[in-house]
Amino acid sequence: MDNLELYKNMVRIRAFEEKIAEILERNPGEIICPVHLYIGQEAVAVGVCANLRDDDVVLSTHRSHGHYLAKGGDMKALAAEIYGRGTGCSMGKGGSMHLCFPEKGLWGSSAIVAGTIPIAVGAALAFSVLQKDRVAVVFFGDGAVGEGSFYESLNFAALRKVPVLFVCENNLYSTHMPIKECLADVDICKKAEALGVPARRVDGNDVLGVYGSCRGMVNAVRGGGGPFFLECMTYRWRGHVGPSDDLDKGLRSREELDYWMGRCPIKRMETELGLAKETMVSIRASADAEVQDAIAHARGGPRPEQGGVWK
Amino acid sequence: MKLTYAQTINRTLDQLLQQEEVVLIGQGITSPWYVGTTTVGLLDGHGPGKVIDTPVSENAITGVAVGAAMAGLRPIVMHPRMDFMWLAMDAIANQCANWFYMFGGQVNIPVTIWAIINRGGEQAAQHSQNLVAVFAHIPGLKVVAPSNPHNVKGLLLASVNDPHPVVFVDDRALYAMEGDVPKEPYETPIGAARVAMEGDDLTVIASSWMTNEALKVAEDLKGSISIEVVDLQTIKPMDVPTVTGSVRKTGKALVVDAAWRTCGLSAEIVATIVEQCPRAQAARLTLPDLPAPASHFLEREYYIDRDNVRRAVMQMAGGKGSRRTGPR
Repeated sequence: MDNLELYKNMVRIRAFEEKIAEILERNPGEIICPVHLYIGQEAVAVGVCANLRDDDVVLSTHRSHGHYLAKGGDMKALAAEIYGRGTGCSMGKGGSMHLCFPEKGLWGSSAIVAGTIPIAVGAALAFSVLQKDRVAVVFFGDGAVGEGSFYESLNFAALRKVPVLFVCENNLYSTHMPIKECLADVDICKKAEALGVPARRVDGNDVLGVYGSCRGMVNAVRGGGGPFFLECMTYRWRGHVGPSDDLDKGLRSREELDYWMGRCPIKRMETELGLAKETMVSIRASADAEVQDAIAHARGGPRPEQGGVWK
Repeated sequence: MKLTYAQTINRTLDQLLQQEEVVLIGQGITSPWYVGTTTVGLLDGHGPGKVIDTPVSENAITGVAVGAAMAGLRPIVMHPRMDFMWLAMDAIANQCANWFYMFGGQVNIPVTIWAIINRGGEQAAQHSQNLVAVFAHIPGLKVVAPSNPHNVKGLLLASVNDPHPVVFVDDRALYAMEGDVPKEPYETPIGAARVAMEGDDLTVIASSWMTNEALKVAEDLKGSISIEVVDLQTIKPMDVPTVTGSVRKTGKALVVDAAWRTCGLSAEIVATIVEQCPRAQAARLTLPDLPAPASHFLEREYYIDRDNVRRAVMQMAGGKGSRRTGPR
């Protein structure tokens, strides 16, 4: 994928998430489903998924909009799912936390922290048993490192040398708690290494860095080199859930948020690419138009079929 | 061909593993004391890529089987002690059971979760649990509990061939039981109960090991009380027409369940009878609401067997009047 495409994909996710945040703030009640926004973390999903084929599999978390869009999920179906419509990507059964788009390899996202880690290892085991050169990727947050399943799954993946890439999006918070209050040792790569999985920490706000590091890992995993672990240091601009920045709740400081907003992955890429103002404006405008279209589709979409709860 | 229940499982697994997409995974598959003789020789016959012994990591290993099923395998994930499945509840109840529905029917999970009950032998509270009702409570799971060598083969094949998750529960007490087992593959349909013996005076509804205890009582009492024995075979989806059809005929139902009483399988069956056969009398025989004790002296008080069934049947057949909650 060329660098401009990486940039456009990030802008597309940003535009979608900002629109959802705006609707939540301006029209309370229009969206009922809880949403966990991805603003600030776009470089991770885009940098990782740009290395994947359609038949490579992604499993995701409650904060899944970015992974869905980066893996090629249809934006209209995403919006419709968030609006509880029958045309949603999960037919209105899943909501924002449970997205899927199987034809592009997104098999599902789960709200149970760490719940999809062993599922990705299992998909990888199947690829290895069936001798397919496909790769399984699982995204999870730093909070997932507190779950026993994380350790069980990494150990088993290393034991069986299955083709799975673990991507930890370390946004420094496990819901309301700073990760340093959750983990006695915040060096997550060290934990992966201790379980036999080679690990690397990268700047998760540098899409080129994520893309480049991930490319080598995906190639190695696909070639039978066993599992790899990528820790992406990043930050979510909004709170754990909903559009608020959680500053009012005293969960983090203005200074910290400002620091990370100053490290915006999209602005950074604009500088790296030396993009002209009009190019940026036109890329954002076309993303906004696509988002506008998707939201209109969702608003006007049909309710799930009457009686559909039984199906 | 005469085979024991354990030999039947072993040969059926051997047949199944010849299919490219079937794998057997779980903790203790190659352990000499974990699963009786059910997995003997499978590793040698099929290799470590298909027969996968695992570390003690129930949640991850069950999740692995779920993911492998999404990716095109038909895994059988084995839990040699059902008690350890509490550690796998996220993979079973949150992920596996919900997945098909939660994603609008787009991703199915053809996994068989093999659970083994190990009661008796002074194994105590953490090696003896019967959690059938727990799994039957969860939408998205089918639960089967075969009672003899014939239906253990049919239900194992049906479970592995099913496009959705099936919890396949057997009981170590059945492993030595002998029976005629056809050589060729066949399925016992999931969702079908079986009238194991016909009778007119009273229906005993049971599953798994207790079916055989009920059959012995029915045989013993043949001259005095005519007992119909319904073997559920599938716990969920339950074959309600077969149960209610029998109870309507006899007018009396004794539900026998070697598991805890409160909110258990017996409560579900009695409730169904109350709703659908309001004129029938219903009672139940269950374990007490207590953990399993170790001492064999206490085990004799705790577990139910043919003697308890016989007493309950006699009490019910001789008794008159309205519905009551039975001998325990």
